[in-house]
Amino acid sequence: MTPTQVEIQLIAAVTAAACALPGVFLVLRRMAMLSDAISHSILLGIVLAYFVTRNLASPLLLVAAAVTGLVTVALVELLGRTRLLKADASIGLVFPLLFSIGVILISRYAGDVHLDVDSVLLGELAFAPFDRFELFGADMGPVSLFVMLGALAANALFLLLFYKELKVATFDPELAAALGISPVLIHYTHMGLVSVTAVSAFEAVGSVLVVALMIGPPATAYLLTDRLPVMIALSVGIGVAASLAGYWLAHVLDASIAGSMATMTGVAFLLALFFAPGRGLAAVAGRRRRQRLEFAGQMLAVHLLQHEGTAEECYESSLVQLEEHFRWDKAFARQIVRQGEHLERWRLAGDCLELTDTGRELARAVVER
Amino acid sequence: MDLLSFFSDYTLRTVALGAALLGAVSGSLGTFALLRRQALLGDAMSHAALPGIALAFLVTGSKAPLVILVGAGLAGWLGAWFVIKVTGLTRVKEDSALGLVLSVFFGVGLVLLTWIQRRPDASQAGLDSYLFGQAATLVQKDLVAMAVLGVPALLLMLLFWKELKLLSFDPEFAFSLGYPVRRLDLLLTTLLVVAIVIGLQTVGVVLMSAMLVAPAAAARQWTDRLGVMVLLAALFGAAGGMGGAVLSSSVRRLPTGPTIVLFISALVLVSLLFAPNRGLLWAWFRRLRSRRRLELRAVLEDLHALSLQHEDPYHSHRTAVLRAMSEGHGGADRSLAELESQGLARRVGADRWALTPAGAEEAARWFGGGEGRA
Repeated sequence: MTPTQVEIQLIAAVTAAACALPGVFLVLRRMAMLSDAISHSILLGIVLAYFVTRNLASPLLLVAAAVTGLVTVALVELLGRTRLLKADASIGLVFPLLFSIGVILISRYAGDVHLDVDSVLLGELAFAPFDRFELFGADMGPVSLFVMLGALAANALFLLLFYKELKVATFDPELAAALGISPVLIHYTHMGLVSVTAVSAFEAVGSVLVVALMIGPPATAYLLTDRLPVMIALSVGIGVAASLAGYWLAHVLDASIAGSMATMTGVAFLLALFFAPGRGLAAVAGRRRRQRLEFAGQMLAVHLLQHEGTAEECYESSLVQLEEHFRWDKAFARQIVRQGEHLERWRLAGDCLELTDTGRELARAVVER
Repeated sequence: MDLLSFFSDYTLRTVALGAALLGAVSGSLGTFALLRRQALLGDAMSHAALPGIALAFLVTGSKAPLVILVGAGLAGWLGAWFVIKVTGLTRVKEDSALGLVLSVFFGVGLVLLTWIQRRPDASQAGLDSYLFGQAATLVQKDLVAMAVLGVPALLLMLLFWKELKLLSFDPEFAFSLGYPVRRLDLLLTTLLVVAIVIGLQTVGVVLMSAMLVAPAAAARQWTDRLGVMVLLAALFGAAGGMGGAVLSSSVRRLPTGPTIVLFISALVLVSLLFAPNRGLLWAWFRRLRSRRRLELRAVLEDLHALSLQHEDPYHSHRTAVLRAMSEGHGGADRSLAELESQGLARRVGADRWALTPAGAEEAARWFGGGEGRA
């Protein structure tokens, strides 16, 4: 690996970690789509601040973006409070408008090399290492690495300082209000951090894919655990893993790095969706299958017990009769019979099934239940 | 731009017609999305269409509008299906599922587009205009593709009008009547995908969702009837689309999608403020009027209470007293003048007021005879 490659991966990993932290609470508080709204509308803040400073590296951009993000959230809430529109429609109206104003301003007045719509929307991580941060003439590393480290630190600090408050406000807003924790303050601080993180990341991954890094890893972690600290740790881990995997996917395909990172978060989600222990689709399907087999076995044991000692005993245990009686198909009936034999619930005596003591006990237990 | 050049300029005419068509289709179908609170599903679907555009080109090698649009539609549809499945099968909530589909599909699309771009036989020029739309590049072929997809969608909407209406307002009732709710749901999602797809070329994947939400949100303010709302939304959509597209193709460096969004957002703002009954301005006016009426009643009640203290019910009282009594709700002078003009009170001398017989009768009717305020 060349030093540039290492640096790109470092930036990608730090970006993913910084996005995952506020993302966890976006997912838990059901506000995921607000991150989409914020990441789009901060463009307007960036453009306006750029007009003032003419410098994309100015810290004013961060401030302006954070303010625009908060304005977006406030506008959405204001529209919702008029009761003329539902919350989803308010989001769907506000951010396209702010984003459109931003895009028009860029293409009319700032259509130069520094700021163009494609780079804001799509980002270009490959160029990030060319912008160096120098201290006393010494090269310290790429600027965006430090910007992202700053965003990561801000998010981590917020989480450490207000962990308890966040937790209560997320899972029990009424209790939080009763305890004197202002949900509004927590909400707007959270949204401010989402905005700052989004604007720090837009240069690297662009505004649409920030959403992938904010929502993808926490949603994946949500499938895997019930505990908040575990979910936070898993989100960061999954985000970092997906971003590194994304880098190498992009390397192989020679395609957009940000796009590949988003793709890999999608892959991570799919993996968790199918293979999450206990809750994944595979585990659920396996459990259903086992339950179906177990239930069928119990039914057969009861059936055999019922006819035990009667004249039809043998006839009732024939496969044909099982298919008829239980509406099983031939293969399934055979499977159940074989399973019971294996568990020594019954055994084949000539052409008939004969209950063992285990089987009889099982059948009685089922009947009594 | 004058009317003559509009009819003679082929490009302008094509662009305006295309934008009007897409506005009408997305406006009327977006109405159902808005009513069913699926405004953001449209956003997810339009972003999800991006990989479909790239894949359609990769598989067929063709840039024919119909091919690309069908690919986009399939991908958008898959995105919607995924959102529904994930929310149904797991505990991931709808908002997260939407955000995930939106960004991951978009990311996949970006990978495919950049991958196509860097292939040696790159001839994909124009595919990335689907990001923000490029109305100026519309030609007759595109219009035909839009009409081929859009007109049947509108016809289907009319054909299933009753069913879709019921589905939008009371799906449980529809289910209890034996309507195939899930299949109708599928139909409506498919129609939405069609509406999104025909706007991709003009507005682009990023802003297409606004074309579904905004015209419907504006139309909602003017009416409570579905039929009127759909018609109005189609009209708003067409007007906004046409205005934005024409402006952006006649002014240099004015991207089409954002300009259209600006036009339609202005329509929404006007509707929110000025629509009769629901509009904010009307609500404000109504509130003001009812407050005035209450103030008027309060002053009349005060006069009445004072008159009960006197043997002569038409005895006059000092304005200062009345002012003091209406402290807190204010406007005693204005209310007195209004009462005078209604013939309920009369001025006596410079600063005294008394009830008129009509006023005494009115007050007795409202506040009763004996138990006035002390």
